[in-house]
Amino acid sequence: MNFTPLIFSVSELTRLIKKNLEELFPIIQVEGEVSNCTYHTSGHLYFTLKDSSAIISVVMWRSKVALQSFKIKNGMKVILQGSITVYEPRGNYQLDCNKIIPKGIGELQLRYEELKNKLLAEGLFDNERKKSLPEFPEKIGIVTSPTGAAIRDMINILSRRMPSVEIIIFPVKVQGDEAKNEIAEAIKILNEQNIVDLIIVGRGGGSLEDLWAFNEEIVARAISNSKIPIVSAVGHEIDFTIADFVSDLRAPTPSAAAELVVKDKSELIETINNLLYNCKNRLENLIDSEFKSISGFINSYAFNIPKQLIKNYSQQNDDLVHRLDKSMNYLMTNKKNQLTNFDGKLVALKPENILRRGFSIVRKNNKIISDANDLSLKDKIEITFKKGKSTAEISQK
Amino acid sequence: MKKSTKNNFESQLNRLQEIVEQLEGGEISLDESLQLFEEAIKISSESYDYLNNAELKVKQLIKSQTGKFDLSKFE
Repeated sequence: MNFTPLIFSVSELTRLIKKNLEELFPIIQVEGEVSNCTYHTSGHLYFTLKDSSAIISVVMWRSKVALQSFKIKNGMKVILQGSITVYEPRGNYQLDCNKIIPKGIGELQLRYEELKNKLLAEGLFDNERKKSLPEFPEKIGIVTSPTGAAIRDMINILSRRMPSVEIIIFPVKVQGDEAKNEIAEAIKILNEQNIVDLIIVGRGGGSLEDLWAFNEEIVARAISNSKIPIVSAVGHEIDFTIADFVSDLRAPTPSAAAELVVKDKSELIETINNLLYNCKNRLENLIDSEFKSISGFINSYAFNIPKQLIKNYSQQNDDLVHRLDKSMNYLMTNKKNQLTNFDGKLVALKPENILRRGFSIVRKNNKIISDANDLSLKDKIEITFKKGKSTAEISQK
Repeated sequence: MKKSTKNNFESQLNRLQEIVEQLEGGEISLDESLQLFEEAIKISSESYDYLNNAELKVKQLIKSQTGKFDLSKFE
């Protein structure tokens, strides 16, 4: 039997393919890697999705592109949702994409990157926007869970370092769906009430999902709008949240935040001790120099005139004493010489020397007789010669 | 960077620094110096008090039934 196939026009065939394909794949999901990605100036997005052995063209219309929270790039692994359409003028079939879901890199991570880039572009992370923290806050607002370990740690540290501060806790949920709104509102209320000098916003460690509230735009905006300086303290050292970028200061942990916002009282006491020591030291120097200037006075010419007078008198006195001494000496020497002369004469007059010349001494009853009238007949007399003595009797008068 | 207002302790500490500078400047009489020194002693004893004789106050800000936010003691 002879079978003659139908003859279609190109348009008829294409229309038939279109009808069949589009009916066969009304809504599908397909997984693959992005390549040849082009964001067209019209706002539509064109790329091809491929795996190791096949490719398919993808189009995403402007209205759908706007709903995506992130940009796609070549090499990205994605799951696309959409339908197959045929573009008749070219005879192409393509995937008309409604939604792109990232694969491999988590969706949360992508949202994080997207928001981060968006806020960065708005300048919300700029250093010029960051407020300086008060050096000595008196009242510290803490937006966190009232039951976690984080708040206990912060209370302990603040109490140890600077017990003179007051803490005002604004209790909020820090995870779950309500967390972002509660945190954002707490920041807003604390600003309205204006009762604290700075705010710590944070929570202890957890999974990316647990910390997610701190990556939400509403929280980032609340922090950015705060007139009161905000310290973010979310999770552990390694966790960086959007809140950290937008806050005035990022503390790696809640405990670290408590350390950062207040000075240590023992250090302050040390500072005061030093200042006081400097005061004391300076005062002592001052007294010392006053004392020196008084000594300067004492040594001045005017002050020393009386002293000079005394010195002069003293000198005069010394002079007189000297002169007196000198004249006395002269006098004494003189007298001494005279005395020596006398001595010579005296030596000549000594009885022994007289006796040596042949004179004798006559004594009666041990009295020297120098007058013959003192003697009577028969008187016994003693004669002393140069050598020896004799006794004699007066025989004649 | 915006500058926040100073509290009492901070201004006391600043005053103490000022006194040291004045004393070190040496442009003042012994009488004035003694007065400044007295002031320095007074300020530092007040500061020691502020730092040492305080107990951390912890309160919480909670929404009351009327919708107002009130401070209460935090247990």
